[in-house]
Amino acid sequence: MSLFKNLSNGIVKENPVFALYLGLCSVLAVSNSINNALGMSVAVIIVLTVSNVIIAAMRKIIPNDIRIPVYIVVIATLVKIVEMLMQAYTPELFTALGVFIPLIVVNCIILGRAEAYASKNTVGASFIDGIGMGLGYTAGIFMLAAIRQLLATGGLNLVNPFNQFVFFDITLIPSEFTIPLFAQPAGAFITFAVLAALLEVYKQSGSKPVKKGA
Amino acid sequence: MELFSLFISAIFINNIILNRFLGMCPFMGVSRKTSSALGMGGAVTFVIFFSSIITFGLYTYILEPFNLQYMDLITFILIIASFVQLVEMIIKKFSPSLYKSLGIFLPLITTNCAVLFVALENIKQGFNFTETVVYALAVPIGFTLVLIIFSSIRERLDIADVPQALKGNPVAMIVAAIMALAFSGLAGLV
Repeated sequence: MSLFKNLSNGIVKENPVFALYLGLCSVLAVSNSINNALGMSVAVIIVLTVSNVIIAAMRKIIPNDIRIPVYIVVIATLVKIVEMLMQAYTPELFTALGVFIPLIVVNCIILGRAEAYASKNTVGASFIDGIGMGLGYTAGIFMLAAIRQLLATGGLNLVNPFNQFVFFDITLIPSEFTIPLFAQPAGAFITFAVLAALLEVYKQSGSKPVKKGA
Repeated sequence: MELFSLFISAIFINNIILNRFLGMCPFMGVSRKTSSALGMGGAVTFVIFFSSIITFGLYTYILEPFNLQYMDLITFILIIASFVQLVEMIIKKFSPSLYKSLGIFLPLITTNCAVLFVALENIKQGFNFTETVVYALAVPIGFTLVLIIFSSIRERLDIADVPQALKGNPVAMIVAAIMALAFSGLAGLV
């Protein structure tokens, strides 16, 4: 039960993207298509989960004064491994994501969870936390990417990065009615603002009945 | 001339915040007051400028000759982290009030994507030393410029009547969107 609570906490209540405003750089930049968004999410989930596990396992032997540099070295090593694997096995995705893969090192979510959670909890709990937070990130970036890609290009498509197999490729909006602005940076900011405001409305509507009851 | 166009395009056209979405954390975090935005811009400029020069030298003279290119991320981030520590100590000594207003965002310059981005981009684009210096100066200038404009708009926003759900960060994002639109008008400049 508490494991499940841990997991859902990261996805909804403490959603790292829309509730805590963490990792915004990559979220805004990579959300131009759901393909890129999902590829980025998988990389983030792997790095986040493995770094959480390693740091939780070492939490008793890391001296308190130099813990941040130790965390950063662990995270940088993992990111480099993921980067090299992606370069070898998914070259198209690697090119599309570009500099944002090495920049996972400085993604606030990962260092934030290492400091706030993995350094104080057991290996198992940190593993679950890593997956939950990673899925929260995925949910946030996927929503943003789906809206932006749909409005900007009129369709959605998903390709297997390993063999270029097309899972689906649909067009929902005729090309005369698309809004190319949403592919541009301004579109990313606007979409993000609207989603964050909607989450705020949802939170407020959820808290009202509680107030009445109390 | 080429250096000049590199300089202008890094400030206005490929602006680090509005076009590449890097450095969003301090952009949202310390943009409530113009004075702290200015201090943040100065600190980031210092860190980016010197860490870029050092990482460039390290990469060209140590990592490359010994075929250690895969160590780039790890060494770069350690250099940046030590520089941030240095800036933190300097600001704490000379301007305690600025130190207080920057708060947690000062140590977080380490995790400011813009710093690592400039270090990596210098290598990726194959810049020589002069280009590295120009780029490492132009990017943080663009960062500071946008941060100052944004924070002065946010100071006005504080007294504006904004719908409840948009209060705080969402409306700031909309302001950022409008600024990005305005900056995209400069695209034909170079």
